[in-house]
Amino acid sequence: MTVKVRTARAARGRLGAIGGVGTERLVSILSPILLLVLWEGAGRLGLLDVRFFPPPSAIAQEFPRLLASGELWDDTVISLSRIGIGFLIGAVPALILGLAMGLSRYLRAALNPMVGALYPIPKSAILPLLILVFGTGEGSKYAIVASGVFFLVLLNTVAGVLSIEPVYLDVGRNFGASRTQTFLTIALPGALPLIFTGIRLAWGTALILIVIGEIFVSRSGLGYLINNAYQTFQVEKMYAGLIVMSVIGYVSFLALDELQRWLIPWRGARAV
Amino acid sequence: MSDVRVAARHLGMRFALRGRDLVALDDVNLQIRDREFCCVVGPSGCGKSTFLRILAGLERQTSGEIHVEVHDPTKPLTAMVFQEQSIFPWMTVEDNIAYGLRMRGVHASVRRRVVDHYLEKVGLATFARAYPHQLSGGMKQRASVARAFATDPEVLLMDEPFASVDEQTRALLQEELLRVWETDRKTVVYVTHSIDEALVLGDRVVVMSARPGHVKAEIAVTLARPRSVYELKSTAAFSELVAKVWEPLRREVLASYAALAS
Repeated sequence: MTVKVRTARAARGRLGAIGGVGTERLVSILSPILLLVLWEGAGRLGLLDVRFFPPPSAIAQEFPRLLASGELWDDTVISLSRIGIGFLIGAVPALILGLAMGLSRYLRAALNPMVGALYPIPKSAILPLLILVFGTGEGSKYAIVASGVFFLVLLNTVAGVLSIEPVYLDVGRNFGASRTQTFLTIALPGALPLIFTGIRLAWGTALILIVIGEIFVSRSGLGYLINNAYQTFQVEKMYAGLIVMSVIGYVSFLALDELQRWLIPWRGARAV
Repeated sequence: MSDVRVAARHLGMRFALRGRDLVALDDVNLQIRDREFCCVVGPSGCGKSTFLRILAGLERQTSGEIHVEVHDPTKPLTAMVFQEQSIFPWMTVEDNIAYGLRMRGVHASVRRRVVDHYLEKVGLATFARAYPHQLSGGMKQRASVARAFATDPEVLLMDEPFASVDEQTRALLQEELLRVWETDRKTVVYVTHSIDEALVLGDRVVVMSARPGHVKAEIAVTLARPRSVYELKSTAAFSELVAKVWEPLRREVLASYAALAS
């Protein structure tokens, strides 16, 4: 008898969780607001050092000023364009080379040692070298982003092609697919789920690397804005830069999710 | 003999497997007639799939030769229905069926007509735009069969295509296959480990020996067409044929066990 009652209660508890989607959403909206309120209160009460943690209201006031001067907008645009261009410079060759390496055992054997040796080097460590080679202009910024993006897309593309069931390649051969056709109809779509994983990782890395690049060698961009704000002790401005970075990250990952749904519509099941 | 479509002469295949030399096929001699539905049975690992893969151009034999009589050089030589799930997860059902035609550069309008025809024939018309993950195992194999038929090959190759579906579905798929085949009468080489399946479908059953595989026996299947899978199995003629195939096969299966034990 007791067993029955317990089961019923457990079941009700689970049903309650399903019915409580509204409550769940409310909690996830309220919790950040609560944090902001606590932050604000603690700052005003002197519990928090406002020199390092300016209250949210002060940061909010900073935004209209930065936007009016055009500073924030310009730096955001320039950072985004550096990320975008650097990303393409790294990702496109990585994708093509990765597909080729995935399909050719010999190319893999020839390039794997180099990739294995170069990939583990932290890309921030090669920034000085990149500055030497590409100068302090846009080139070194594209290069640092591209260097990080390249390896992540390359390794995931190779893994993606290798993860394709051999039977699909047999189908291609049996049905007379040419090399190019095999590339386009089997290797690329078959590897796409993992390629996309690589792209997501690479995008995250690109966001990190551009900031590093801009902090060290730049007079523009969000990394510069943040670092410059720190050096001139404009802490509110620094936070504004951080918030913009956060928004860029959040929105771009939402966009990547959408792109994935559109590019990989067959990924409804664990078929690939 | 002018109506021989596929001829294997002294066909041999050796693999190097983990440093050891493995003879998969040894002196396979087999002739398959035009428009014949030829079923190949044999114990596991006897090389029957290897034989099919050589025929499909996916492997190259290490000795002997195999010839396919070409009637129409514009048609593909073979099209294979694979044992495992082989329709592309990233293509819709109709794109999968159209694959062989697309690779051959067949015009889109012709492709459309052929694909619609086979979608209808295998009962997947309402799933034309679906992706494979939305289909059952049986439906996936239907699409795979349709993809092979759609290219209209000189010889159709099937490697235990219905091995992984449940029994009822298998019977249905066999009946459908018979229906499709009886209208086109393509030359078919069908590998299976099921005697029942071989007899239900085939005009002839070729029994292969334990490894190294060669042709052990050939049994003509004299059952009238069109055939109905379940009715056929309850006839005396069917039982007799089962016994006829089982007799040589049994010895080979035992031999393959003995080889495994040693």
